Amino acid sequence: MSRGDLQTSFDVLVIGGGNAGLSAAIMAAEAGCSVCVLERAPRFYRGGNSRHTRNLRAMHAAPTSVLTEAYDEEEYFQDLLRVTKGKTTERLARLAIRGSQDSVAWLEARGVRFQKALSGTLHLGRTNAFFLGGGRALVNALYRHAESLGVIARCEAPVEQLHLEDGRCRSVTARLGGRLHDFTARSVVFAAGGFQANIPWLKESWGDAADNFLIRGTPYNTGEILKQLLDQGVAQVGDPQQCHAVAIDGRAPKYDGGICTRVDCVSLGIVVNAAAERFYDEGEDFWPKRYAIWGRLVAAQPGQVGHVIIDRKAIGLFMPPVFPAVTAGSIEELAGKIGLDPQALAATVAGYNASVREASFDHTALDDCRTEGLDPPKTHWARRLDEPPFHAYTLKPGITFTYLGVAVDDKARVLMAHGRPSANMFAAGEIMAGNVLGEGYLAGIGMTIGGVFGRIAGEEAARHASNAG
Amino acid sequence: MLLTLADSAAAVEADRIMTICNACRYCEGHCAVFPAMTQRLAFTPADLGYFANLCHACGSCYHHCQYADPHEFKVNVPRTMAELRLDTYEAAAWPRFLGRSFQNNGVWTAIVTVLAIGLFLLAAAALIEPATLFGRHGGNFYAVMSHNVMVTVFGSVALFVLVAIVIGMARFWRLIGAPPLREVGLREIASAVHDALTLKYLGGGADLGCTYPAEAPSKLRRLFHHFTFYGFLLCFAATTLGTLYHYGFGWAAPYGYLSLPSLLGTFGGLGLMIGPAGLMVLKRRAAGSPVQTAATKKLDEGLLVLLFLTAFTGLLLTALRGSELLGLLLVVHLGVVMGLFLCMPYGKFVHGFYRILALVGHALEQRQGRQVLGKLAET
Ligand SMILES: Cc1cc2nc3c(=O)[nH]c(=O)nc-3n(C[C@H](O)[C@H](O)[C@H](O)COP(=O)(O)OP(=O)(O)OC[C@H]3O[C@@H](n4cnc5c(N)ncnc54)[C@H](O)[C@@H]3O)c2cc1C
Ligand code: SF4
Ligand code: SF4
Repeated sequence: MSRGDLQTSFDVLVIGGGNAGLSAAIMAAEAGCSVCVLERAPRFYRGGNSRHTRNLRAMHAAPTSVLTEAYDEEEYFQDLLRVTKGKTTERLARLAIRGSQDSVAWLEARGVRFQKALSGTLHLGRTNAFFLGGGRALVNALYRHAESLGVIARCEAPVEQLHLEDGRCRSVTARLGGRLHDFTARSVVFAAGGFQANIPWLKESWGDAADNFLIRGTPYNTGEILKQLLDQGVAQVGDPQQCHAVAIDGRAPKYDGGICTRVDCVSLGIVVNAAAERFYDEGEDFWPKRYAIWGRLVAAQPGQVGHVIIDRKAIGLFMPPVFPAVTAGSIEELAGKIGLDPQALAATVAGYNASVREASFDHTALDDCRTEGLDPPKTHWARRLDEPPFHAYTLKPGITFTYLGVAVDDKARVLMAHGRPSANMFAAGEIMAGNVLGEGYLAGIGMTIGGVFGRIAGEEAARHASNAG
Repeated sequence: MLLTLADSAAAVEADRIMTICNACRYCEGHCAVFPAMTQRLAFTPADLGYFANLCHACGSCYHHCQYADPHEFKVNVPRTMAELRLDTYEAAAWPRFLGRSFQNNGVWTAIVTVLAIGLFLLAAAALIEPATLFGRHGGNFYAVMSHNVMVTVFGSVALFVLVAIVIGMARFWRLIGAPPLREVGLREIASAVHDALTLKYLGGGADLGCTYPAEAPSKLRRLFHHFTFYGFLLCFAATTLGTLYHYGFGWAAPYGYLSLPSLLGTFGGLGLMIGPAGLMVLKRRAAGSPVQTAATKKLDEGLLVLLFLTAFTGLLLTALRGSELLGLLLVVHLGVVMGLFLCMPYGKFVHGFYRILALVGHALEQRQGRQVLGKLAET
């Protein structure tokens, strides 16, 4: 099907040009392979979710220029165990954690730059290294580096069909410039992300609630590659409902709203649902540790909405959100403005206020301001909502990425349903993150999984390509 | 005529964009704009004018922005800041009515320069004997135009330029809502001057340079800017030293090619040709980049052309001063220099002064760890 001078045969073919795919492509090219990256999105949106990221979580034995103190394998692994409630594959998790030691240096050597370690100002400065300029800077640098190594990276090149045979990928069909082309390669790396942007697929496990989900990242990660792999005999990991989801501003765009749509004042106020009732302890733990549970909490409420309510005292204590708050002089007026029953909200706030036992408020510690006799309780930072003006932000679930994926081994080889690794198929990134993340999330581990498994996949794909040659 | 930033359309757009950036903050490592931004929850026009003059239009935050056009948020910090910067120049100008020169700066600069050269030529034709004008004078240009005439003409214009710039700086300081000068310490001034002299924020925040003229980081813009600025400084030093020689020691020009004023002038002139030429080439390469605006492109080009011409005619004069072209070259060179002088308060030249003031404000805020400039909007 290929025509003209379009090269369609390579040593290594990479499907999806995000952090995972580019890491694999670069490794394979550095090993001397001819490499092609097929990326579905147009150039500006290339690198799907990776272009929205800010940091990666890296194990390190001593302070570096971009990380403070130390973060060892055991602490990292225990953190992971806690958030996943044990739903992880220890061998692969430890592989990712150990590999993360090299992530910063590997990326720096390929043109990515990090912010200097800012101890104190960024609360994640010990565990996470921050990309200078964010994820799009990283994606741009990796594309530049890959292309300097001779990698052919094609944007607007969605892969539409996979042709698998006896546990190998024989060829893939991609659409370029309106035409279908078959690409063949000795090794194929799948790095096309999760399926979070596929609302019909989300509805299979979430029901109609998924219609109200906002997708924080790329609209291009719709999981067709994942689905075809699973349909053609690749082993599955993970639960289709598990994903990273946060509560974001309900006015965010349906797709690609990214980081700036988050609302960081939940722990400073109360959150009510459409019936003006509270439904979860807003002060359970520090916000960075809790923000990833609120997407699911809001998703479980009627209409998939929540409203966070704060008063004047909270202003200045949290990151300014991108959209302005709805503001009113009284709780009743506020309720009217956000479409809640004024009496019901007034009653909820009054009940909350009456149960608050304010002591010494300290937002930087798990303080002793809490409610008594309230269900659900607010266990920290509970202060009466009594100083107008009152402000409200309406929240909706924002899906970051899904965890259902393909099973891999420690060479990033795709496992077939019968348990044996595929001869020439590798996977990295969101498409296999479920091997490490059964549920929950640890900030910065998405880029770590993609980077480490991407590098392994690239190396192994190159090794296989040379052996097969 | 724009008198306050409250009337600036660019400030409205900058407010919209900074609200997005302040919720994102991914670019906080690139330059001073973002650390200044994070010290605020909301922005007044004064704040935004201050940010605009911290921005170098290096492009990093545009090429790294996940919200740039075609995203619906259409974030473009450098272009918006460039437009707003122009408004701050206009609003700070003295006398007020000349602030309008910033709106069509390319044309303004060209007209002023051509007029200046023309006037010098006319005056020379009218006042200088042809035999003198086209004679050989062994490099002594005072034979063509007396030292006193030169000093009177340029001294008075320089005085005006100085007054205009100083008043402009005072107005700018108020425009960005900066505190009384007594709050500024030597430390802030030293830090601002250091950042300006090293062009710290043209580094993109790391070792690779900023994303100018295109998406890949490059150090060329900083390099050529250094050539330009230090070239200018050397030329300035050459003139100052010449004045010192003349009045202090009674040594009259011309000075030998290897004398200190000549060496300074020659190296300065070379820098002042290489730098602006390089910057012009980069500007051409950046043509069509969404980071650039037509208005600021003209503004930049006006100054670059003037600086280049000043250096070029100056070097030519030095090289050919022994020939009968001396008179003509001298008159043309002086015309160009006059154009440069006259455009200083009404063109890109002011950016250096305002940038330093913005950096002083930034140093003040960084030391105090809080917002100092701008008038805090009630939240
Ligand atoms: C707003 C936001 C912020 C985040 N912040 C962080 C963070 O700070 N740290 C962190 O570790 N993680 C973060 N994450 C998660 C992180 O983005 C992902 O874990 C990581 O980017 C996954 O990398 P990837 O290469 O697997 O996927 P992607 O970067 O999404 O790349 C997949 C690519 O495949 C392409 N593609 C899809 N289908 C096809 C097809 N059929 N053919 C060809 N190409 C296809 C897509 O266009 C896309 O470019 C964030 C996510 C979001 C949405
Ligand atoms: S320019 Fe874009 S990426 Fe940078 S801080 Fe602003 S919104 Fe974020
Ligand atoms: S263009 Fe450069 S200098 Fe201007 S705000 Fe962006 S990063 Fe800073």
